Amino acid sequence: MAILEKRKKAMSVNPLKASQTMGATLAFLGFSRSMPLMHGSQGCTAFAKVFFVRHFREPIPLQTTAMDQVSSVMGADENVVEALKTISEKQSPAIIGVCSTGLAETQGCDMGLAIHEFRSRFPEHEKVAVVKVNTPDFSGCFETGYAAAVSAIIDQLVEPSERAGSRARQVNVLCGCHLTPGDLEFIIDTIESFGLRPLLIPDLSRSLDGHLPEAEYSALTTGGLTMDELALAGESCATLVIGASLALAGKKLEEKTAVPSQVFPHLHTMKQVDNWFMALSELSGLPVPNRWRRQRRQLQDAMLDTHFMLGQLRVGIAADPDLLLAMHDLIAAMGGEVVAAVTPDKGPALDQLALESVKKGDLEDLERQAREHHAEFLIGNSHLHECAERLHVPHLRIGFPQYDYLGGFNRVWIGYRGIQQALFDIANMRLSQHEEIPTYYSPLSQKRDEEHSKRPQQQGV
Amino acid sequence: MKAKDIAELLDEPACEHNKKEKSGCAKPMPGASAGGCAFDGAQIALLPIADVAHIVHGPIACAGSSWDNRGTRSSGPQLYRIGMTTDLTEQDVIMGRSEKRLFHSIKQAVEQHNPAAVFVYNTCVPALVGDDVDAVCKAATEQWGTPVVPVDGAGFYGTKNLGNRIAGEAMVKHVIGTREPEPDPEPLIPGTKIHSVNLVGEYNIAGEFWHVLPLLDELGIRVLCILSGDARFHEVQSMHRAEVNMMVCSKAMVNVARKLQDKYGTPWFEGSFYGISDTSQALRDFARFIDDPDLSQRTEALIAREEAKVRTALEPWRERLQGKRVLLYTGGVKSWSVVSALQDLGMVVVATGTKKSTEEDKARIRELMGEDTKMIDEGGAKELISIVHEYKADILIAGGRNLYTALKARIPFLDINQEREFGYAGYSGMLELVKQLAITIESPIWSAVRDPAPWDEMPSEAELLIAEGV
Repeated sequence: MAILEKRKKAMSVNPLKASQTMGATLAFLGFSRSMPLMHGSQGCTAFAKVFFVRHFREPIPLQTTAMDQVSSVMGADENVVEALKTISEKQSPAIIGVCSTGLAETQGCDMGLAIHEFRSRFPEHEKVAVVKVNTPDFSGCFETGYAAAVSAIIDQLVEPSERAGSRARQVNVLCGCHLTPGDLEFIIDTIESFGLRPLLIPDLSRSLDGHLPEAEYSALTTGGLTMDELALAGESCATLVIGASLALAGKKLEEKTAVPSQVFPHLHTMKQVDNWFMALSELSGLPVPNRWRRQRRQLQDAMLDTHFMLGQLRVGIAADPDLLLAMHDLIAAMGGEVVAAVTPDKGPALDQLALESVKKGDLEDLERQAREHHAEFLIGNSHLHECAERLHVPHLRIGFPQYDYLGGFNRVWIGYRGIQQALFDIANMRLSQHEEIPTYYSPLSQKRDEEHSKRPQQQGV
Repeated sequence: MKAKDIAELLDEPACEHNKKEKSGCAKPMPGASAGGCAFDGAQIALLPIADVAHIVHGPIACAGSSWDNRGTRSSGPQLYRIGMTTDLTEQDVIMGRSEKRLFHSIKQAVEQHNPAAVFVYNTCVPALVGDDVDAVCKAATEQWGTPVVPVDGAGFYGTKNLGNRIAGEAMVKHVIGTREPEPDPEPLIPGTKIHSVNLVGEYNIAGEFWHVLPLLDELGIRVLCILSGDARFHEVQSMHRAEVNMMVCSKAMVNVARKLQDKYGTPWFEGSFYGISDTSQALRDFARFIDDPDLSQRTEALIAREEAKVRTALEPWRERLQGKRVLLYTGGVKSWSVVSALQDLGMVVVATGTKKSTEEDKARIRELMGEDTKMIDEGGAKELISIVHEYKADILIAGGRNLYTALKARIPFLDINQEREFGYAGYSGMLELVKQLAITIESPIWSAVRDPAPWDEMPSEAELLIAEGV
């Protein structure tokens, strides 16, 4: 269990933290025909949009309640009603996720009342699901906002029921924001390989996996979990939660529907992937298919090949708690040592983190720690790149945002194959940094090479 | 900021938008708005000043998703690229500790980075709880002797455009005129005279102004300051001593040019460095305003030399791009300036966006392209795509925000806005422009992404039976 060291300096320099509001937005982007709506000034939305567009290299549906000077002072509930009406009329989405910003929360918005008002004044839009979530950016971080949105979706859209297990082959998966769309495809693949049917909540693998849809234009998400599918979540035989930050959401679903939940912190180590397959095997009553067994042997071989480069490797990691834990465990399982760790805010994953302490801070803090403790390898988002250059160490890109690295948004990290590739990549980056012993030219030697004859004179100065 | 001050900034006499029905800047619509806020505009306008510590005073969202996010380049200090924010917490907001945190943040920036100045950008939350940012900045200036400049552009004040003006206003009010320029340097050509000028609204995106600056140097036109591409704080301080100001490609900071004229009598003109004709025009305008016969003569000689050089270099590209049809969708002045650049290449501009253009801009477009040009006033992404099809455009040139929308519609695209990674300004910038145009227009991928998959082309079994007459 790692202790979270508090923030001591007044100012954050080169921030690692992204806002709760954006985390919540991402969760809503995992639903089909969805439109996230930020309740704040229009800049909140514009910044978030650019952030996601640059990361995913995709058009991102996102709207704003466009609070101006008058509504910021006099009350902006009417903006929420107006925005819900306008979006419903123009785009008729399946779901609108209303996420509050620091501005709206400071002003004292009542989103519940505003949604109630919208419902009573515009009954013609009753088919549009509306979920609200309080996500001011002055507390929490990307991960807490994402988790809050998943909880809110379960809270507000899943009906209490007593039909748990009536779909015996259906499995819910609550997918944390430390997983990429590519990771989610692995999850679907593995579940289906046991003859089970996965229900991913939310499902970014169908919306933000970077696919070219047939339609030329869509104002909403072009894939993701549908409302009809979500309505069946209470009939599943189990809920598999990936990411400690979503454990609470899993419990909430269990309370409402009695579908039992099981939490996996991540699937970034062989041990956790083993647990994953054992769980699927138990749920389905089937043995683990041969292709996964084969991949496990491949991973074992890769671990042997790469442990020379990864053993005792001194690593610095900057990430939200779930992802920090995942990357730490990946490195630790290979004998590497995490000597610098920074996270933007607290999260339940830190309870399982096998480090003495983690700094609640920014990339400046990480750089200082990494320098002090002689880190040889850095893991973090694209912003970390310059810090890595200053320290002359390789930099592996993870998390959000990855604006200078194509394909990073969709890279598969989990499962035997994903871990194998991660190990190869880390080892290769490490090899490229290999330091040769400086050539020594003996002044007393009788060698007559050209190099040799001029070196001692230069050195003699 | 007081409502009165905002209204005053919106009512900019030098802005043509002010003269028609759309006076001031339009109010955003909940649920149907795109574009940034006043804070975004203020930060974008000043962030390129390279030796300044830029502190964003607010909770994380304002700086957290926007720092280090612009293509502007500095020839020296990289301080502007360090993201600094007070990163306010819930406790700060509730307990009223945000002013104190700001004061200590300024201290931290001054002590660690020894900046030429500190700019403090106010944002929504502290503006709403009533932080006195002006007073904190004043106290900090006195305490540490480093100028600390408040830029009060909270997001809810209005649009990005307003933010640009707030930023300009802050420079006029607090910075410009607080220092004399360095003495005139020796001219590169002995016997000629040095003339000092400013550029306002040029951001040195991808370093593109470095295509132009050597030409100005050669002419003996000394750029005192560019507001704000590759600028230094002391350059901004001395902007009042220019002989003429050029407003580059944007109405956004027109208040700066106008106020410098009111205050110091400096004349100004509008121009652009996109395209051969416009670059030449801008150089001629400098000479015309400075009114030095020797300069005019040398300017003409330089234009003749550079135009000949670039036209020769463009010749092979012209053949490849000649007759290609372009839909241009950008705001404001950029419309006509890019039109002339494309026409220089023999391309046909079939339609252009005029959402942010003034009446004067529109008249210029008609003059350049003829009366029957399609002007797109309002338009979402969907409409844009249908116009591309309707006018059989070969390429869409627009801002980065439309990039992935265009690609999803399988339309060749060129990014013309601030986030792009290539510089198109000046004569040599044209060579980069044609290269980028050709990369997308001539790409072999278009049929691969447009044609159906083979199994979608295959007739179904039922269709086969019908074809056989069964």
